[in-house]
Amino acid sequence: MASSPVVSNPISLLPLQIDGLVKRFGDLTAVNGITLELNAGECLGLLGPNGAGKSTLIRSIVGRVIPDGGTVTVFGDRADSAGARAALGWVPQELALYPKLTCRENLGAFGQYYGLRGAALQQAIEWCLGWAALTDRAHEPVQNLSGGMKRRLNMAAGLIHRPKVILMDEPTVGVDPQSRNRIFEMIETLHAEGVSMIYTTHYMEEAERLCNRIAIVDHGRIIALGTRDELVRNSFASRSEVLARFANADDGVAAWVEQRGGILEDGAARFTIVHATEVADLLDAASRAGHELADISLRKPNLESVFLKLTGRELRD
Amino acid sequence: MIRAIVRTAFIGLRRDRGALALSFILPIAFFTIFAVIFGGRRDTTPKVSLLLVDEDHSTASQRLVRGLEHEGSLKVKTKPAPKQGVEQADYTAATAEAAVKAGDAPVALIIPHGFGENPISFGAPDRQRATIQLLKDSSDMVAPQVITGLLQKVAMTAMPDIMAQQGSKYMDEYAGGFTPEQRQRIEAGLAQLRERESTANASGESVAPADSNAGMPIAVSARDVVGENKNNPMVSFYAAAIGVMFLLFTSSGAAGSLLDEAESGTLDRVLSSRVTMGTLLAGKLCYSWLLAFSQLVLMFLWAWLVFKLDFIPHIPGFVVMGLSTAFAVGAFGMLLASICRTRGQLGPLSTLVILIMSSIGGSMFPRFLMPEAMQKAGLLTINAWAIDGFTKVFWRDEPISHLWPQVLVLLGAGVVFFAIARRLARRWEYS
Repeated sequence: MASSPVVSNPISLLPLQIDGLVKRFGDLTAVNGITLELNAGECLGLLGPNGAGKSTLIRSIVGRVIPDGGTVTVFGDRADSAGARAALGWVPQELALYPKLTCRENLGAFGQYYGLRGAALQQAIEWCLGWAALTDRAHEPVQNLSGGMKRRLNMAAGLIHRPKVILMDEPTVGVDPQSRNRIFEMIETLHAEGVSMIYTTHYMEEAERLCNRIAIVDHGRIIALGTRDELVRNSFASRSEVLARFANADDGVAAWVEQRGGILEDGAARFTIVHATEVADLLDAASRAGHELADISLRKPNLESVFLKLTGRELRD
Repeated sequence: MIRAIVRTAFIGLRRDRGALALSFILPIAFFTIFAVIFGGRRDTTPKVSLLLVDEDHSTASQRLVRGLEHEGSLKVKTKPAPKQGVEQADYTAATAEAAVKAGDAPVALIIPHGFGENPISFGAPDRQRATIQLLKDSSDMVAPQVITGLLQKVAMTAMPDIMAQQGSKYMDEYAGGFTPEQRQRIEAGLAQLRERESTANASGESVAPADSNAGMPIAVSARDVVGENKNNPMVSFYAAAIGVMFLLFTSSGAAGSLLDEAESGTLDRVLSSRVTMGTLLAGKLCYSWLLAFSQLVLMFLWAWLVFKLDFIPHIPGFVVMGLSTAFAVGAFGMLLASICRTRGQLGPLSTLVILIMSSIGGSMFPRFLMPEAMQKAGLLTINAWAIDGFTKVFWRDEPISHLWPQVLVLLGAGVVFFAIARRLARRWEYS
């Protein structure tokens, strides 16, 4: 298990540098000594279940939370400095918009909050409307938009000042699959333009698709950091995963799965194997123990498998 | 099943402090305020202020003055309050009229020269007779009526012998003349009355029953000295009174957008930009200020168009008072919003506070109807200062320079409210 790993970077003015960040709320330590760097043009995924500390980390970066320890710098500037604010774009998890204002009016308001005026503001609004595919709904009040459109506008409002570093806090929450794909395309456009991003999610498929590197966060700590392949390799080496579903997942099955080094969750057991031939051994052993198998499959481990292995919990717990 | 429904509803009520306050505190507060104003407790019944000028200095006029001074429901002043310890000269007809115009008292009585020669009269009006002048501020519809009635009563209780003498004179004249024996008996009776009167004066007692109140023996001529040229006497008062109350509601609602934004996360996003909390609150205050002023403009324009309020000549005074009032009200709304944690809390709290402020401050009924203590308590509200200022502008036609106490209080209160709101808003700045 990797504990609070750091990717070293010789460049002093990294887009984002977090060093030993700690934030407590009473007895709860939401962020527990996180150290992290974001490289230029990189999309770094923060993957973790609800309550893992992802949002608190993001809010610390945008200066909305005062940390109890550690530092955050954006291109060398302190997190809550004017320089950092100008360089950062934040897409909060909530739909932080003015519902009675139109799309254009919302973008105009947030643009002015970032100091944009005149032609620059109009240009930024047009870019945002185009990027979010909302040009034809520009004069529609936000409260009349669909959920997916609101999400896209929510993202656009965080980008109105064309920041160099973007923090996206679960931008696809509550969005239908079609809208989600549209959002992915929007993010990929930004990525292609070389914008540095932190993307928090508890959907592993999003992290796998969008992120260059992924930090797995749990209980306020980064428990693993690397590319998707690195994380899987570090956790599973060349091993594969067997997923077995039992007809009667009773206490006897649970004891047997534990004895064989597997993990039983929701009636399905996961076993890690090195060679495919081990599947036959597993089937044979189950049969001898009198446990009837309803279904069995062999698959390559993914991020969810990594998370389960590292924490013993499902990602969506 | 019904029991469960009732229980659920009561638990909900118990945990909703706003609803609890509206259900139990507001009715009690309102009841108390109205009971104090109209409940008739003797020590809190409002006294009517009366400025009294005796130009006659006759025995009859002095007895009338004494009678009025002994009236428990009147607060008679014959001279202004001492200034810097120096006694002031008695009121004259001119200074009393000026004092009524300035709002020092709602009524002045002028007892003219020659009143003592023929103080009481029955029957047809006598043009030769000196008539008491009653100078009144027509915005107070109660005080002149009270004083007119009391004047007649005092004439009978303070001058019973003159009353009887005048009565017998009329009887003698219109009933065909008394016999010498009847005249002798009447004279003897009058002598007894005079003796009783002098004894009563010496002991401070009244010679007539307290409730004696028959006829109108004293000739009184009433004249409006304030608002005499106004088209609609109470319109300016109610435009200000109702306007300020609704301004308070509007401002608390407008400031409540801060709570909406905090709940939706928009506030966080705004504060992560270049906007600071100070800038944000200042912006919100400016909005509330402009909104409140626009409301006042609309209210007074409506009063001008529909109720013929004399608006145009008073525009400068209106602008000064309107901007001061709108500032104080806007800042008060910010204060209310910053005290609350949610929009749900703001509704009941603002209703409670604003209705109580409005009832004490004179938005629901004029403060001159209230007991003195409550009139003073009203000065703790924005309503009272705003209404006083607008009354000066529209009713008393006072120049802008006379508005400084109201303007100073309203602007000062606004600054204090805003400073407290800014302090309370620190909780939204960071977590």
